[in-house]
Amino acid sequence: MLLYVLRRLLTAIPTLFVIVTLAFFLIRVAPGGPFNQERGLSPEIKANLEAEYGLNDPLWLQYGHYLKNLSHGDFGPSYNLPDFTVGELFARGLPISIQLGASALVLALLLGCLLGTVAALNQNRWGDYAVIALATAGSTIPTFVIAPIIQLVFGLSWKLLPVGGWGGGAMLNKIGPVLTLALPQIAIVARLMRGSMIEALRSHHIRTARALGLSDWSVVVRHALRGAILPIVSFTGPAAAALLTGSIIVETIFAIPGVGRYFVDAALNRDYTLVMGTVVVIAIFTIVFNLIVDIMYAVVDPRVRYD
Amino acid sequence: MTDAAVDNEPAANVVVGRSLWGDAWARLKANRAAMFSLFYLGLIALVCIAGPWFVPHDYTTIYSDYVRTPPSTEAYPRADMVKGALDDVLKRMRVDLKDWKLEDGRATITVAGTRPIDERYLRYVDRSDTFDDARMEAKSPDGLEMTFSAAVKQQYFLFGTDNVGRDLLSRTLVAGRISLAIGLLAGVVAVTIGVVYGATAGFLGGKVDEVMMRIVDVLYSLPFIFFVIMLVVFFGRNFVLMFLAVGAVLWLDMARIVRGQALSIRRHEYVQAAEALGVRQSGILKRHVIPNLLGPVVIYMTLLVPHVIILESFLSFLGLGVQEPMTSWGVLISVGAHNIGSANWMLLFPAFFLVSTLFALNFVGDGLRDALDPKDR
Repeated sequence: MLLYVLRRLLTAIPTLFVIVTLAFFLIRVAPGGPFNQERGLSPEIKANLEAEYGLNDPLWLQYGHYLKNLSHGDFGPSYNLPDFTVGELFARGLPISIQLGASALVLALLLGCLLGTVAALNQNRWGDYAVIALATAGSTIPTFVIAPIIQLVFGLSWKLLPVGGWGGGAMLNKIGPVLTLALPQIAIVARLMRGSMIEALRSHHIRTARALGLSDWSVVVRHALRGAILPIVSFTGPAAAALLTGSIIVETIFAIPGVGRYFVDAALNRDYTLVMGTVVVIAIFTIVFNLIVDIMYAVVDPRVRYD
Repeated sequence: MTDAAVDNEPAANVVVGRSLWGDAWARLKANRAAMFSLFYLGLIALVCIAGPWFVPHDYTTIYSDYVRTPPSTEAYPRADMVKGALDDVLKRMRVDLKDWKLEDGRATITVAGTRPIDERYLRYVDRSDTFDDARMEAKSPDGLEMTFSAAVKQQYFLFGTDNVGRDLLSRTLVAGRISLAIGLLAGVVAVTIGVVYGATAGFLGGKVDEVMMRIVDVLYSLPFIFFVIMLVVFFGRNFVLMFLAVGAVLWLDMARIVRGQALSIRRHEYVQAAEALGVRQSGILKRHVIPNLLGPVVIYMTLLVPHVIILESFLSFLGLGVQEPMTSWGVLISVGAHNIGSANWMLLFPAFFLVSTLFALNFVGDGLRDALDPKDR
């Protein structure tokens, strides 16, 4: 197992390298630069800035430079937020995004599994239809509709929650964003769980368990759940990577100072180092969570072996 | 089989065989949710395409007297709004109100000024969004007092107006045109590229397939939004070009599906049988492969269109998509989200149109899947 993990981590390095290279050259061929703002800088200042950041060097030299710094864990300075290095920006924003994303993920997994199981146990009865309706709604209504409606209902009409803001991490401020992040995921998890649970309940070992006179609870929780949870495990990898690295929609609408907004802002302002930093962070999260999922697979399903 | 048996067959067998599509259509017709959604989509498309010609307001016209007017099926202005509009007009005319009354949709107004009033000032009255057809009725001998009458324009704002005073109904409908057109356009582009790429990889197989699919894997590994933003950067704000480009990004799934299908169809017994009978490659392609590929492609296309519409709305929401005064559901929702405190209808109407359309598209997609997927029979 340990060997497998090591091997996976080693193969992650070339993957990361390809992603970094592709992203580096893609953002560089885009027209414009970090210092071409609408309120133009005077040519001398612009030239000085570009010289300072080494933007006049040949591209391959800059690329080599970037790789070297990156291998030390140095993401470089941000061009548009000159008071911060990219590393500092992530150190401030990432914990916030991770908090929200992790809460949403846990909520989605718990509630989604519960709803999916309820639907599967009541197949083709009203409980099932209610869950299906909820799942369809959750996966159809886009986040940028859900978020303002949550603000409207809970924030403005009922005045239960603050409309937006981080509030230093106050509990109430997190509810809206977490709900918005979780709802589409709940829908997906519930749908997956319903399908796999229906299939699991049809299998022979469940029939045997029922024949032995085990209670419904024991049949579902101890025997069916283990087999039914596999699709959820593989869903969790990419979902976790996406949720924990922040959502631009949720962070914009609820005014959350996370890292979700960096990507779009940085790409539009050609803040090369910040764009690259975001790409690298997302890639690392994706790789790590996919690895965790594969390990989890072996834990949940003893038939899977990695030796 | 003897000749006699063949001759007897038409007489014995009057049942006409159903084609794949005839069969699928029959199954779709039996699916009430899908049929209702199909009908609803047709209705939405019709309303969005034809509607703006029947709405009396242009989607760009700004009614400065009607900023953030709530939706209502009754005609505006309300009685209490006339006074406000009148005050605005009189301020422009630089005169003071002495007396006014409203009867039968015409207002009779008496004003006084410190200097003789020029009757050409009445143009200010006509220019207002509330009044029309201003006529001078009487003037005092010294010209310091004037009485005039003006018709009060009856206007309907069924969906209310937006934050600068544009009719939300016509804007929502025009936005629908754009959103639906973009969904179809990018959907067609994505499906075309995906089918050609996937089919090529699936048919050629071997090394070519390996390389082509590796390219798809690499493109998959880059964050999707990064791609889209790069495209926005390259193509600027030209939305037709941009959505061709967005379509060009969304083909990855299609390519995978088509390749997988093509690979599996080629291994089926009926294809092997056709090969054994000496049917040419083009014949196999036409008779067996393409009809079997069409099902997944059609299903994927109906699911891709809502995906593109969401994507367009998402980009517009970020300010990267359609630019003012042109509009799309995403733009309207974005502006609505900024105005939820003061004018929630600006969010609710476009959101309802968008969400109901997405629902309908999903139901049609699911219905098609059930109708076309032979595994469920």
